[in-house]
Amino acid sequence: MEILTKVHAHNLVAWAKDKPQVLALSADLTSSTEIDLFKNVYPERFISFGLAEQNMMSAAGGLAREGFLPFIHTFAVFIYRRAFDQLIDSVAYPNLPVRMVGFLPGITTPGGITHQAIEDVALLRAVPNMTILEVGDVTDIESVLKVSENIPGPIYFRMLRGEVPRLFAKDEPFIFNQARVLCEGTDITLISSGICTEEAIRATAVLKRMGVSIQHMHVSTLKPFTDPQIPAACAKAKIGVITMENHTIVGGVGSAVAEIMAENAIAKPLKRIGLKDTFAHGASRPYLMREYELDALALVKTVEKLLGHELDITETDLKAVRLEAVHSTAKAEAL
Amino acid sequence: MSLDAKTDTHSTWQKETQKIADNIRLRVLEHTLNNNGGYMSQACSSAELFAALYTKILNIGPSEAPMVPPPFLGVPANDNPHYQTGRGYNGPIQPDLDRFIFSPAHYALVLYTALIEVGRMSPEGLKQFNQDGSSVEMIGAEHSPGCELTNGSLAQAVSQAVGIALARRFKGDTGRVVVMMSDGEFHEGQVWEAVESMSFYKLDSMIVYVDVNGQCCDGKMCDVMDVEPLQSRLEAFGARVFSVDAHDLDALLAPSQVEPDGRPIFVLCYSNPTKGLDLLETRAPKLHYLRFTSEEERETYRLEYQKMLKERAN
Repeated sequence: MEILTKVHAHNLVAWAKDKPQVLALSADLTSSTEIDLFKNVYPERFISFGLAEQNMMSAAGGLAREGFLPFIHTFAVFIYRRAFDQLIDSVAYPNLPVRMVGFLPGITTPGGITHQAIEDVALLRAVPNMTILEVGDVTDIESVLKVSENIPGPIYFRMLRGEVPRLFAKDEPFIFNQARVLCEGTDITLISSGICTEEAIRATAVLKRMGVSIQHMHVSTLKPFTDPQIPAACAKAKIGVITMENHTIVGGVGSAVAEIMAENAIAKPLKRIGLKDTFAHGASRPYLMREYELDALALVKTVEKLLGHELDITETDLKAVRLEAVHSTAKAEAL
Repeated sequence: MSLDAKTDTHSTWQKETQKIADNIRLRVLEHTLNNNGGYMSQACSSAELFAALYTKILNIGPSEAPMVPPPFLGVPANDNPHYQTGRGYNGPIQPDLDRFIFSPAHYALVLYTALIEVGRMSPEGLKQFNQDGSSVEMIGAEHSPGCELTNGSLAQAVSQAVGIALARRFKGDTGRVVVMMSDGEFHEGQVWEAVESMSFYKLDSMIVYVDVNGQCCDGKMCDVMDVEPLQSRLEAFGARVFSVDAHDLDALLAPSQVEPDGRPIFVLCYSNPTKGLDLLETRAPKLHYLRFTSEEERETYRLEYQKMLKERAN
């Protein structure tokens, strides 16, 4: 599997080249949010605000009102926890094109409670005018800015930094409000997002060998959440539906799927994998994914629960899975 | 006689502007009497400031908005093409013209009244105040006349103005960004974040007029949470600060005419929250909102109103 580094850093610089209205705003986390390259290449378009996110958020609203496209870069928690009031009044209510790039989603950081954005999707999903995009791999990151071009209001990006795997074919960019179908099946429908998709792919490879028929879909557009593929896939699952997200199970993708199932009268069991209404703590990502049951093994256990019997899959089996970038099964339709 | 009667135009700007200020107080009192409630002390403290802003300080063009404000046209959204802000009352957007950013949303009644007195809004507009379906809201939002930002959660406007001023610098505009604030907003940490960024980026195109009436919702600011000494605090943050008498028109105007020197300007307008309406002092220390406790009380204010009206005529 291809692993790349600083994907957002390079993508932003390349994408912004012919867009003089694009500004990068930083709250003293310039290299931590991969905009040091942007700062070096376009110093006149970089604005340092220091550790003052409330002022930065409102000022971004002012810049957007004047025709600029400000990209706020900081850790996600400081966007929606520290500056939520400003996010609502200065940005979301006036429906301004402020781009909020939030890093360290869920348990991707050893920074602990203060740095782990575990309820961001829940809060921001409730904000009118918001669009929420979450990336799960290199291809998602490479295509997310292009996707943002046609969205007139505010966007929250749930972004990844550092080393990121390529899970999806490079020539298959993500399409707005359209889930990627990674494999098709009829027993269980699995909807995953963000870093959980890599874990899910690992598990589904083994589960398929054990004869479980799984429909696996990766979602990158978390709001709006109106892709008709979602209710259709939930409806066809014979045994049940599983959601898997690097976020609390309250208010995120699991809740969004539950809402869709209820509104469409899809009477199937739904299992939500995610942080079980708990905060996490500072530790490594693999450790936390195991501790809070967000990994491939957690998915296997959840499938076993839905099936009603054990499958005899071990962690060694899951680790042995060799991941390759997958082509979406929906490619034909997408094109 | 009516409040809308024409006044003598052959006099100095100070006389004219003072008349506007007096009329702002009168009209807000009239409104308060008719509606059994109003932001009266804010009119008393800031009448001269609003009058001076709209007659002398602001370099803005004529209103582009209808004299009678349109009804509320829905919230901003991708599927609402009708939405518009109340910015048009402050004239067109031009590189050389000032932008007026109104911050303390609960002063909306004073702002609307000022718009009427300077001929940017019809007195009819005030009849829509706080009426269902109207854009002339009690706590002004960005669709309300004279507003262009949503500022009911105090202290956000000055930061938004920082963004506007930075954007205008990028575009090479020469016009200023003039902000009107209240001193209560300085309780909020965000204001100080904004000031540090204004100083850091040398936004000397920004001039912030603060109505320092020493009042907040709970009573006197020095009892609730003191922000003084504001001048030295702001100066320590790198601002260029002028402390003036909020009821002295020449003093209000002077700081807007200084040569820019790289520092953002704050004009601390020390005001009397019962100026022109001594009767209001019986309400001290809670002056935030005037609602009459009895018909008798309302009658005392009505008599005062009649007296003020008569004095104005002389």
